[in-house]
Amino acid sequence: MNSQMQIFSHVKSYVPPRSPFDPCPPIGTKYYSTPPNLYLGFQPPGLPQFSPADALRKGTLWKVLYDYYDNPYRKGAGKTHG
Amino acid sequence: MWIYEKKLQYPVKVSTCNPTLAKYLMEQYGGADGELAAALRYMNQRYTIPDKVIGLLNDIATEEFAHLEMIATMIYKLTKDATPQQLRDAGLAEHYVSHDSALFYNNAAGVPFTAAYIQAKGDPIADLYEDIAAEEKARATYQWIIDLSDDPDLNDSLRFLREREVVHSQRFREAVEMLKEDQNRKKVF
Amino acid sequence: MVKPLPKEYYTRLEEIQAADFVALELVLYLNTHPTDRQAIEQHNQFARHSRQLKQAFEVQFGPLQHGSPNPSQTVWTWGESPWPWQV
Repeated sequence: MNSQMQIFSHVKSYVPPRSPFDPCPPIGTKYYSTPPNLYLGFQPPGLPQFSPADALRKGTLWKVLYDYYDNPYRKGAGKTHG
Repeated sequence: MWIYEKKLQYPVKVSTCNPTLAKYLMEQYGGADGELAAALRYMNQRYTIPDKVIGLLNDIATEEFAHLEMIATMIYKLTKDATPQQLRDAGLAEHYVSHDSALFYNNAAGVPFTAAYIQAKGDPIADLYEDIAAEEKARATYQWIIDLSDDPDLNDSLRFLREREVVHSQRFREAVEMLKEDQNRKKVF
Repeated sequence: MVKPLPKEYYTRLEEIQAADFVALELVLYLNTHPTDRQAIEQHNQFARHSRQLKQAFEVQFGPLQHGSPNPSQTVWTWGESPWPWQV
């Protein structure tokens, strides 16, 4: 489905089917999130953590659960973010 | 009982006077997948769920009230000094007519909150699956609000709240595994 | 009207928010991992740390909770602004 390079991303995409009678110009690609909680299973003990200040800023203590979100339709958005 | 703490869970900053964003945020205040619905849903389900997951529902429900306060803070700050004209331009004329700039448990379209948004089936799996779905729906709602918002400070707080939905969903999924009683067991049928 | 708060109010409040946040994340984790001794130890450590930060904050900026001592002998400060949505 996602035929870009096989770099793992939690952001998935698809191209909606197009009719010649659709009134709006095509949006192109539609995006959706598949956040890390869908992949982790029962969290194993001892996983890496953020520092307290970073944990608060990011919204989770657990690095494995962190999932930055930005508007994927804005130009230049949807790229990875530190 | 509960003890109030005179602080927000996470700092809320807003960069621009933008009542339109306040209107969108009402979806997370009094909407079907908003923080009030989440808090009331979990707080009520905890009475009839197996003991080993009561604590989780209790604590996530309590955190949802802290999120409700953050959303309220955002709406309050975004509308605080707005004139009636500005509220009308933001599509909040109907809100103003009924409430001035008081907060109210409406969704973004002005529909008042109803208990019909939530469920307590009494079946632990049905209830936890509803809770997982509620977290994913709230996460999606935060995404759509971030997509519409160009306020970087507000988006920072909204990203925090979106991430909390991810963590809560993870814990509810683990609660299901605890009720299956097989997280450490080999599957033998 | 609310008097402007010193920058220190925000930085020290955020330290408390960070400590409480780590403790809460561990609470939620421990609710589904009740025998993780390392997480229990870390939780207790952050709970203690948070209590110390709050005691120091309350001396300067007033009580965060019922049960904290009122900093003045003559004026009840709990009900004074700012409330969290006003800062």
